[in-house]
Amino acid sequence: MTSAVWTQTAELSRRSVVRTLRQPAQVVPSLTFPLFLLAINAGGLDAATAIPGFPTDSYLTFALAVPFVQSGIIAVTNSGADLATDIETGFLDRLALTPMSGAALVAGQLAGIVALGVLQALVYLGVGLAAGAGLEAGLAGAFVLLALSVVITFGFGCIGVFAAFRLGDGEAVQGLFPVLFVTLFLSSMALPRDLIEQDWFRTVATYNPVSYLIEGVRSLFIDGFDGEALALAFGCGLAIGALFLALAVTSLRTRLQRT
Amino acid sequence: MSEIHPASIEVEGLVKEFKKGPRAVDGIDLHVEPGEIYGFLGPNGAGKSTTVLMLTTLLPPDAGTARVAGYEVRENGARVRENIGAALQEAALDPHLTAREHMRLQTALHGLPKAERTKRGDDLIERVGLADAADRKVGGYSGGMRRRLDLALSLVHGPRILFLDEPTTGLDPQSRSALWEEVERLARQEGVTVFLTTQYLEEADRLARRVGIIDHGRIVAEGTPEALKAEIGESSVEAVPADPARSGDMARVLERFGDGDCPHHVDDSVGVRLKGGDTSLAEVVRALDGERIEVAHLQVHAPTLDDVFLAKTGRTLEGSQEDGGEEGEEGGERRPAPAAA
Repeated sequence: MTSAVWTQTAELSRRSVVRTLRQPAQVVPSLTFPLFLLAINAGGLDAATAIPGFPTDSYLTFALAVPFVQSGIIAVTNSGADLATDIETGFLDRLALTPMSGAALVAGQLAGIVALGVLQALVYLGVGLAAGAGLEAGLAGAFVLLALSVVITFGFGCIGVFAAFRLGDGEAVQGLFPVLFVTLFLSSMALPRDLIEQDWFRTVATYNPVSYLIEGVRSLFIDGFDGEALALAFGCGLAIGALFLALAVTSLRTRLQRT
Repeated sequence: MSEIHPASIEVEGLVKEFKKGPRAVDGIDLHVEPGEIYGFLGPNGAGKSTTVLMLTTLLPPDAGTARVAGYEVRENGARVRENIGAALQEAALDPHLTAREHMRLQTALHGLPKAERTKRGDDLIERVGLADAADRKVGGYSGGMRRRLDLALSLVHGPRILFLDEPTTGLDPQSRSALWEEVERLARQEGVTVFLTTQYLEEADRLARRVGIIDHGRIVAEGTPEALKAEIGESSVEAVPADPARSGDMARVLERFGDGDCPHHVDDSVGVRLKGGDTSLAEVVRALDGERIEVAHLQVHAPTLDDVFLAKTGRTLEGSQEDGGEEGEEGGERRPAPAAA
């Protein structure tokens, strides 16, 4: 990467972070909505810990993994809606008239959402621990957790960027949220996969990459360092990111028709 | 091939056709001299913005050639962009950033040396009169302030050619006047070539050395405003009957004084271009009186660019705006959406 592209990426990243943090409507729901859902689940499903084979006696510790993945799903709409706004307002045309590279644009666009992802992870971790959840992997595990949060947010952020380039419409991008939210419910969010009784549900959860993201995060809270769970989580997050980044770059070429 | 001046625009047979609809730009030719302010006048949907998007390399033409700053837009897009600045329709700004932050981003993306970025940004902010608001978020700016910042951002890299797409649409008279002065100063003092699209006759008349009038994707007239108006020749008379039912009778009377063309009707008013400079208003009044047609309003006016538009297209520019509005804004269809996944 040339120094010009680094400069462009740094400045576009800065803009993305500043813009994200100056939108309370993006930041506040991203921080509070997953915590509300956590509170409801931890309060209402605590009896599940009595199921034989349940991996922990604290449902809060079990469920604390969910907000980390849920924040990724929120990142889809945040990153996508911001970029769609740039397309709709003509700001992308302004950028296209400069020597900006497409790679710098995509990377810069994701920086704000990754920064928000780190903030979200710190808040969820702090609130979870304060509420009595355990972190079996300790301090080193907290850093791994942050790294995994970045990967998850990046992966889902790429979906948002792809959707924005493809659809070019903020409302259409926002419409993806309920679709993606369903993938959360069709995962091992509420129960370990081996305790899901319905065959079809267990099968769907097994093929759903969201399950592996949740299980990777969960392993740090419950088991310490589980190499397989972490490898699957990092692998799924990076695969989602790589796939949709490639699609986003292809769509960018179509969207930016500059000669 | 003869050498093209690096601050000129040369266009031959430029065409853009969108999938659903007629040709947005239908084989236009343009020649804009270095340092000239060229006014591109036409109603909504005429093809102005599509032309600008092609000349600024943001939209590939379907046919024809366009050389901007000496470079062919299809083959040397990056070179063209190095030499041009553009403020496109609707000031494209991020409402969450300040003017200074916009400048920081724009100077960095244009590759200005780090040491020069802040000074260049501050100078331009000062020049467009936004120094006091430089650290306020753009979301709180008025339309005029946004337009001025838009113009300043387009000048960051010292372009030799500036494209302004309807730069004063929606601005109050004071903001409009301030922007005109800055555009005139850029052309006069810095030798910047300005390609200005507008739907305001007054703007084209005031700023442009030459005007091209575009309608339905074709240039229907081109020349200096004075020459175009002189082509029309004579003054027009426009009258409104007190009884709208008598507008047909009024048209027949006015036709006697006309240059042979049919009288044109806009709402209740009937107008005709006079055939001879000696026709006096008194003669027209006497003729109408002779037919017992009571007149609510009567005026004679010298040719304007709207008369030129009327003469070339059979419609007034104002009426065409309404037509264009029904068909949809040009900007709304200027880009084909990417094919579905």
